[in-house]
Amino acid sequence: MRNPVTVLVVDDEPAIRRLLHASLTRADYRVVEAGSARDTLSAIQIDKPEVVLLDLGLPDRDGLELIPIIKAAGAAVIVVSARDATEQKVAALDLGADDYVSKPFDSEEVLARIRAAMRHRLSSETDSPIVSCGDIEIDLVARLVRKGGVEVHLTPKEYGLLAELAKSAGRVVTHTHLLKSVWGPGHETDVEYLRVAARGIRRKLEDDPSQPALLRNEPGVGYRMQIGSQSS
Amino acid sequence: MNDQRPDPDALLRAAAREGKGRLKVFLGAAPGVGKTFEMLTDGAARRDAGIDVVIGVVETHGRRETEAKVHGFEIIPRKLIQYQGHALEEMDIDAILARKPGLVLVDELAHTNAAGSRHDKRYQDVEELLEAGIDVYSTLNIQHLESLNDLVASFTQVRVRETLPDRVIENADLEVVDILPDELIERLREGKVYVPDEASRALGHFFSKSNLSALRELALRRAAQAVDAQMLDYMRANAVDGIWAVGDRLVVAISEQPGAIELVRAAKRLADALRAPWTTVHIETPRSSVFDNAENTQLAETMHLAAQLGANVATVPAESVLNGLKRFAADARATQLIVGKSMRSRWFELRHGSIVDRLVRETPGLAVHVVPLEAQSSRASSRREAQTNPWGSVGGYVVSLGLTALITVLGMAIFARGNIANIGLLFLIPVMVAATRFGLRTGIVTGLASSLAYNFFFIPPTHTFTIEDPQNIITVLVLLGVAIVGSQLTARVREQALLAQASSAQNSSLAGFARQLTGISSTDELANVLCVEIGRLLEGNTILLIPDQDSLSVRASSPPGNTLEMLDDAAARWTLDNNKPAGRGSDTLTASEWLFYPVGSAGKVLAVFGLARSDARPPIRSDQMPLLLSLLDQAGLALGRIALEGEMSSLAHVQERDRLRHALLSSVSHDLRTPLTTILGSLKEIRAASPEQEHQLLATRSEAERLHRFVANLLDMVRIEAGALHQSIEPVDLADAVASAVQDLNAVLRDRPLTIDLPEDLPFVLVDPQLFHHCLINLIENAAKYGAPGASIRIVARRIGNDLTLSVEDEGPGIPEGQERRIFETFTRVEGSDRKGGTGLGLAIVKGFAEAMGLDVGAANRPDAKGATFSIRFGPAHIRELPEE
Repeated sequence: MRNPVTVLVVDDEPAIRRLLHASLTRADYRVVEAGSARDTLSAIQIDKPEVVLLDLGLPDRDGLELIPIIKAAGAAVIVVSARDATEQKVAALDLGADDYVSKPFDSEEVLARIRAAMRHRLSSETDSPIVSCGDIEIDLVARLVRKGGVEVHLTPKEYGLLAELAKSAGRVVTHTHLLKSVWGPGHETDVEYLRVAARGIRRKLEDDPSQPALLRNEPGVGYRMQIGSQSS
Repeated sequence: MNDQRPDPDALLRAAAREGKGRLKVFLGAAPGVGKTFEMLTDGAARRDAGIDVVIGVVETHGRRETEAKVHGFEIIPRKLIQYQGHALEEMDIDAILARKPGLVLVDELAHTNAAGSRHDKRYQDVEELLEAGIDVYSTLNIQHLESLNDLVASFTQVRVRETLPDRVIENADLEVVDILPDELIERLREGKVYVPDEASRALGHFFSKSNLSALRELALRRAAQAVDAQMLDYMRANAVDGIWAVGDRLVVAISEQPGAIELVRAAKRLADALRAPWTTVHIETPRSSVFDNAENTQLAETMHLAAQLGANVATVPAESVLNGLKRFAADARATQLIVGKSMRSRWFELRHGSIVDRLVRETPGLAVHVVPLEAQSSRASSRREAQTNPWGSVGGYVVSLGLTALITVLGMAIFARGNIANIGLLFLIPVMVAATRFGLRTGIVTGLASSLAYNFFFIPPTHTFTIEDPQNIITVLVLLGVAIVGSQLTARVREQALLAQASSAQNSSLAGFARQLTGISSTDELANVLCVEIGRLLEGNTILLIPDQDSLSVRASSPPGNTLEMLDDAAARWTLDNNKPAGRGSDTLTASEWLFYPVGSAGKVLAVFGLARSDARPPIRSDQMPLLLSLLDQAGLALGRIALEGEMSSLAHVQERDRLRHALLSSVSHDLRTPLTTILGSLKEIRAASPEQEHQLLATRSEAERLHRFVANLLDMVRIEAGALHQSIEPVDLADAVASAVQDLNAVLRDRPLTIDLPEDLPFVLVDPQLFHHCLINLIENAAKYGAPGASIRIVARRIGNDLTLSVEDEGPGIPEGQERRIFETFTRVEGSDRKGGTGLGLAIVKGFAEAMGLDVGAANRPDAKGATFSIRFGPAHIRELPEE
């Protein structure tokens, strides 16, 4: 049998840790807890977690500073924070965080984020070339997009954007990152290019472009490609 | 073009720098301002930019933030120096040279190395590193700079032993690490400032606010100076258009005549054209002591004007204008000399020939400009004779002639013992005494008397005035000649000494005053010093008034408790309004007992200074006027500086308040959200564990969610009211924005049919995505709340003319007549529609956020009267058309 995935829950509030402990254990994760930056650093060394749920408001250090350290240790970082300013989210993502969840969160949402982060870790090892969402398939090797088995023609930028999101399926990808990797350096702030391409993708692939199921907009932060079965 | 030629000196300096490392110095006013921290931060930035950065030596003094910064740098281990049984650690310069990094961080440039090191001083180590082509960052406190050492010691009473020659930082980049004195004192109290043992004794005094202000000013000035010099150097080296090819220096000679004002203006224009520094000089000759009131005023005004136009103002005592000018021009290394020439040719006391001719002849290499001036009235010409009595005092004659008689008697006594040929020399004594002590004419009279006495009593035939021996005629002539020459010489020396004394007294009171002002950090203190010092110097009553909104209030006076009559008040006010003197002795409101002067800087009157005397004499003697105006100029500058400091600290205050508010908001939002998260999460866990309770749990859950939204709204409202909305505007696709709002409101919209009608070719809107998201959520939630249960909601966007409107339509009772505007106010709920709980904050937040972004909001009943429409209107400024592709 596979060893259970270890999740480190970092939060200075015991109540939140208890809550996450309960939901994660129920989902068969092994859970380790830390209440401070100091404990986090030692837990990373000792327990070698695969995923860290990180609260930014820690008593001894700004959680943002921990992100690069945790990433360097090879774990995925999902920021769980009550700070909902978009700059904070973007800063965390720019520092290497894989995703974020705002408080108050839905435990299903947290589990979905963990799954997406884990999938990404695994996929980078096995390199699955086809990402699917509902009846949409994105073949990253053949550079083809099919909807209900029928090939859909996308412009190069639309395809680039979709492929970039598909590579991180289920996870939020920042505007800056998308613009840099699809449009190239120097275009990091041209958000409107991104909006145009996203609109094109929605029109061509969504059943109801006004209620998109494939691409989800995270206001001020980036886009997220929905995958598989979504929780309500 | 000639003036496009690069300055060879500047080029040489630039060439000498090529291939060498650059030195950057982080300059601070005092220990503890954060120089090391700043250096490390900059170093880290360079390291991140790919430069090879190492630490040569950094003292963290156990400060945590600084220690954290050191991490990530390669540190060259220090070298142990054995000296008399002690092992001391110093920077290992050889190791650094061998390692050859791109940039090395070396703390405390002024440090003295342990005995036995290669160099005595650390800056010498640094110079070696620079020679090797390694860039160096270093830190320095301003009091270690050699040229400022004395000055700093004079007001701090602490003399630092470790000094640094100024040349070391002459070519360095300077960055001032600045912190308000209050903040530094606070840091000191919190123990965040490391203080070496030797200084701790004097600590309390050294870290006083006035000292810190003064040190800070010095640091800022020094940096400004360096920037100036480097910029000029660069411009000269590169022959940037408009910069003079060689460093011109202008000196303009001014006098007491009214035409001098014109001369100063002409000089200013020339200095501007040459972009050269300029100095006005007044040569104080013996004649200056007999200037009258008008002339003194004129001179003071000329100097004042020059100072305002940016000149250095100097006064130099000299026996003659010509010599004084020559000396001063040489000292100031002037290249251009400007003098005025009045039509009457009396401009510089031309007694023999033209002074201009002599200037040109005797100062090779100096360009002399002669500016013709209007002829002035000769009102003053005879006055000089009248003012001093050229004939000297009666007492002088009595003493001199008495002395002559005494010498005659003494001579007779000697003569009785035999004819001694040189007895005439004895008469030199009374002549010299008279000439040196009582002036020219007394000397000549005594000389005449002496020669007569000599002739009468000693020259054969004695007791007659006839002279037989021609040799004796010469003796008489010599006596007269000595009288004339001696008295002229000594009179001149005496007058010069008097002048020098007066001018040095004036200069020292000016310098003392300036030093006192440097350390002052409050207006009240300044007012007091100003009143007391000027009161003392000019022996009068003084008062300082400072405008306070509409009124002028007394800030200080000497003696304390001086009050003003209504008339005086009017004069003071006039001075304030017109930036000109008023009151007794001026041209305006002369009936006042007081004489008022404006005190200010940069053309702004910051205070009014008043002067009066208790006896009936005029408030100020004319010869004191230049001193007073100089003192007031200094005070004006200090006042300006204090005002600026005040503005800066109040700015800091506002920033501090904002920071607090921000901290409060984020802590409140954290503290409220954490329990809510726990409650909501726990409910979910319970439901998972016991699904049969789902029904009861649903109610609890929706209430908890409502509480959460309420908290979020409340926080948003506080942010709006506080004006603390941070925005980052970007193009947003309305389809994106609506979709994410709808997704976030999944729970609320569960049983509501929703229609979204957004045209496909809709342009983007320019908004802050987060604020706009909150607007949409509140609008849709409002529609869900006030619409009839189960009724549909429609979200529509339409272009109307140049505008774009996004509307949320509900199906329900609509808005009561006349409530369309009120509905957006805080805590307004539409009357009679309280079927659903709500705070009435939602729409207020929509309005607050929308207005913060510059958008209009509106509410109306639907034309078909089936419900209400809430809309956001985007003007052309908020619309971004789709880019052509």
